[in-house]
Amino acid sequence: MIRTQGLSKTFVLHNQGGVELEVLKDVDLKVAPGECVALDGASGVGKSTLLKCLYGNYRISGGTAEVAGIDIAAASPRELLALRRGTVAYVSQFLRAIPRVSALDVVLDGRALRSEGEQLLLRLRIPMRLWSVPPATFSGGEQQRINIARSFLEPKPVLLLDEPTASLDADNRLTVIALINEAREAGAAIVGIFHDQRVRDAVATRVHPLH
Amino acid sequence: MTPLLQIFGVEKRFGDRVAIRDISFDLWPGEVLAVVGESGSGKTTLLNCISGRLAPDAGRVEYLTRHEGAKDVWRLSEAERRMLARTDWGYVHQSPEQGLRMGVSAGANVGERLMALGARHYGRIRGEAAEWLERVEMDPARIDESPLAFSGGMRQRLQIARNLVTRPRLVFMDEPTSGLDVSVQARLLDLLRSLTRGLELAAVIVTHDLAVARLLAHRMLVMKEGRAVETGLTDQVLDDPQHPYTQLLVSSVLQP
Repeated sequence: MIRTQGLSKTFVLHNQGGVELEVLKDVDLKVAPGECVALDGASGVGKSTLLKCLYGNYRISGGTAEVAGIDIAAASPRELLALRRGTVAYVSQFLRAIPRVSALDVVLDGRALRSEGEQLLLRLRIPMRLWSVPPATFSGGEQQRINIARSFLEPKPVLLLDEPTASLDADNRLTVIALINEAREAGAAIVGIFHDQRVRDAVATRVHPLH
Repeated sequence: MTPLLQIFGVEKRFGDRVAIRDISFDLWPGEVLAVVGESGSGKTTLLNCISGRLAPDAGRVEYLTRHEGAKDVWRLSEAERRMLARTDWGYVHQSPEQGLRMGVSAGANVGERLMALGARHYGRIRGEAAEWLERVEMDPARIDESPLAFSGGMRQRLQIARNLVTRPRLVFMDEPTSGLDVSVQARLLDLLRSLTRGLELAAVIVTHDLAVARLLAHRMLVMKEGRAVETGLTDQVLDDPQHPYTQLLVSSVLQP
């Protein structure tokens, strides 16, 4: 479902004297449906960068990345948008709040899945009185759960998870672990960053070290 | 499926000065493209050339008409072009005073485009105008008031209603939020966002505000000195800018 070969990512900072930062080099990664691969490595080794490359957010400098049969580096903007709409969900650590849009509408994101969205918010313990409130003023943990609800609203074949439990309390951590495992058992191919050892042990089927 | 709008190598000179050169892109139905760059980079000139308002010196602008396939906009007759601009397209000016008729009522401003399409039933035109005032979050009870009595934010919303009443498929916008207070801007942006999504409207939005691009646009085109120096998905361009100028632009603002 996901396959990279010799993937590299270098940032060229033109306004800092053309400094080149080589963040990823020669990454070979293969993830099959039903697998959850935990990326491992010290801070700064490029774990988040790899997820962003797979999502088509960062541009790939070398090598190839294929997600659900689409060559990410060669895909047109339209193809990437379609891939994100139907196939790939990406949970970042931060929620980008939109002025005036309620938490529930952020989760639904235009999709006609209101009752599913409400179920998910209940499951993630977002109090009902917050559903109609824009999440800009929510706590970090609440914002993260809104993000998770948005990404898990529809089952997607590919999940990219960047520290999905970082600011969650124990109960919500267990809920997110359950959501991840349910998605994997339903056949999703998952790549994630899980610093919390308990979470990693509970969800990962394999660890992939980055150097 | 075919693109709604295709731009091939468009160029425009003013005397010796080249305002825009060799701009090409496709726009698909329902897609929102933000054109960003500093003042004088050619953004508005580009918008005018592709919206049938200013004839380019070179290149082609092809629009997928509803019934006759793709047509070269600059080979249509003046009358055909005007018809497109009044029905299938919208154009939202930076200053609402440019896009509205300040001497007639709010309702007439919205109804006028329906009449250009042949609507003659007064009650129906008025009903539809009132409905559109509501959709842009204005009190329909103010339908008979002059836009002169409205605030800047209300005028801008009225201009948007006037443009959308004919259900255009493509809207051109020139800095639609930049003349407004920040609080009013947020409201207008949210409105534009839900309208473009809900109506599957394609749009080309010229803005110097990267946050506006982030919120509204699927794709971005970055202009500098008349050239397109970078294009891509909005989050690609903002999160991983490639061109030195785009990097400068992105690093110069707080959290785009």
